[in-house]
Amino acid sequence: MLLARTQRSVLPGFGLSLGFTLAYLGLIVLVPLAAAFLKTAGMSWPDFWAVASSPRVVASFKVSFGISLFAALVNAVFGLILAWVLVRYSFPGRRLVDGLVDLPFALPTAVAGIALTAIYAQNGWVGQWLDPLWARGIQRLSNLIPWVNWPEFLGVKLAFDRPGIFIALTFIGLPFVVRTLQPVLNELEPELEEVAATLGANRWQTMTRVVFPELMPALITGFALAFARAVGEYGSVVFIAGNMPMHSEITPLLIITKLEQYDYQGATAIAVVMLVASFVLLLCINLLQKWSRRYYRF
Amino acid sequence: MSVQVHNIRKTFGHYTALADVSLAVKSGKLTALLGPSGSGKTTLLRIIAGLEYADPGSGQIQFHGEDVTNVPAGKRKVGFVFQHYALFRHMTVFANIAFGLRVRRHNRPPQAEITDRVHKLLKLVQLENLAERFPHQLSGGQRQRIALARALAVEPKVLLLDEPFGALDAKVRKELRRWLRQFHEGIHLTTLFVTHDQEEALEIADEVVVMNQAKIEQVGSPQEVYDRPATPFVYEFLGNVNVLQAKSLANSGTPSSLSALQAGGHIYVRPHDIEVVPHETGAPGIPAVLRYIHAAGPQARLTLEQVENRATVDAEISRAELVRLDLRINSLVLLRPRQIRCFAEDYAI
Repeated sequence: MLLARTQRSVLPGFGLSLGFTLAYLGLIVLVPLAAAFLKTAGMSWPDFWAVASSPRVVASFKVSFGISLFAALVNAVFGLILAWVLVRYSFPGRRLVDGLVDLPFALPTAVAGIALTAIYAQNGWVGQWLDPLWARGIQRLSNLIPWVNWPEFLGVKLAFDRPGIFIALTFIGLPFVVRTLQPVLNELEPELEEVAATLGANRWQTMTRVVFPELMPALITGFALAFARAVGEYGSVVFIAGNMPMHSEITPLLIITKLEQYDYQGATAIAVVMLVASFVLLLCINLLQKWSRRYYRF
Repeated sequence: MSVQVHNIRKTFGHYTALADVSLAVKSGKLTALLGPSGSGKTTLLRIIAGLEYADPGSGQIQFHGEDVTNVPAGKRKVGFVFQHYALFRHMTVFANIAFGLRVRRHNRPPQAEITDRVHKLLKLVQLENLAERFPHQLSGGQRQRIALARALAVEPKVLLLDEPFGALDAKVRKELRRWLRQFHEGIHLTTLFVTHDQEEALEIADEVVVMNQAKIEQVGSPQEVYDRPATPFVYEFLGNVNVLQAKSLANSGTPSSLSALQAGGHIYVRPHDIEVVPHETGAPGIPAVLRYIHAAGPQARLTLEQVENRATVDAEISRAELVRLDLRINSLVLLRPRQIRCFAEDYAI
């Protein structure tokens, strides 16, 4: 390890701050994670595999990672639009809208979950209009493409079904995308768009060929954060998901269920699988991000 | 192609950036828009490019007699180069230059022709071997030349440069402006460039447009604006100048047309137009005391203080002259302006 600096640096405190950083990270992040691995290590390999590959657990992985990914993608699209509007235009109430973006950060997730459930339930404000529409849409889709089990795949209701999970995960992930994009959009030189205009590019070409590539690294970061947050989200989802095993049960809920049954090893086994999967996914996203900023000097 | 600007007005809120400016830019010439920051020169350039629009109801922009006031930037056939290059950093040099050709919807040239044209342009800006580099791998001067090549790729009728050398260090700046001069000789494209550096404007431009406070002060060849400034502002902006009281000159008994001076006016004299002679009682000249000698450089720069009103005067004499006069600090001398210009008192700067 080349951590030790033999040369004197003009920036003092390297040793102290690095030591602090490592101790802090170790205490807050590494030790709890290591404990999960340690606890799991008490299991035999077949036991571990039996837990991790049980149908109910696998189904929950699909629900958690699948819907999180989808929610993060949707957030990337609409978060970009939101950030664009907030940075580029000035309109009455802009500050207020800007403040509202942070609300999902600040709101206790249980409150968010209950509120969303109340709104999207069949008799809720929004649900009473949208819920029948959704059901009818799924029906149509099933008639049109009968070889996919649409009610199983997309759910038949908004609340207490898969769409509910999606709604909750979109809600909590939005600020990550908006807040990572805003500073980058602010820094974006207007000259780039102006020069594209003088070269004859139309607005669409300027957006896709000049602006979008500039925003790509930040967009991927925002996407990764929203995704990571969604995978781990528990509080808001459990109220709206319906929590049907094999269908709308998220992995964190399964872990809690195991804990309540005093099956600590089973719970940590699932957690370890989730950790590794999240780690691999985030690694992939980071590589993608590194690739997207390969032209930039830092 | 010539560019005509007729009575263009531009205001930002309460701030007037251009107050009814009119200008005719000659076809094929290299014209400098020279002025201090805030004089409106960049705004004028941007309005000509179509990046900004003049106030509604104000005048017209014409290219070769054709009204383009409401034509969008992309259709004006102008090349624009920014001070900070504005290169697309996720594209190679090649893709940057090809951008203007590739985004064409109509008559987009075939790939082979684009490649051919980009390489010709790279050759023109003398950076043939950099096609596959990314902007961050280039030096400032190279980036600016790539920006120029990119602007030229769309075959503009007018080339507009906004402080093109402003972000470069002094040495590169000098090289690049010589290069631009030669380059312009080769292509003879109507070129308008904005600068706040009078040396730069005087050195390379065919014509200099001096701007101040949203107005054009003077238009003329570099020699014209330097030798015959139309206003006190131009006098002060182009090179060093001493402002003397007409009274002190009249009192000094210096010959020439001084009797014609109104007593209240100001006299403008360039430092190299002041003759310094040893003091002699009764001889004509403004008596002054030598306060400081800067002898580094080809010319000796003297800082003097007028005896009459303690006002400071700068003079430049050759170093041989300095030796001949045998001047010391605090010696008393006489100043005789050779070439002067008088502006009335109310022509305040």
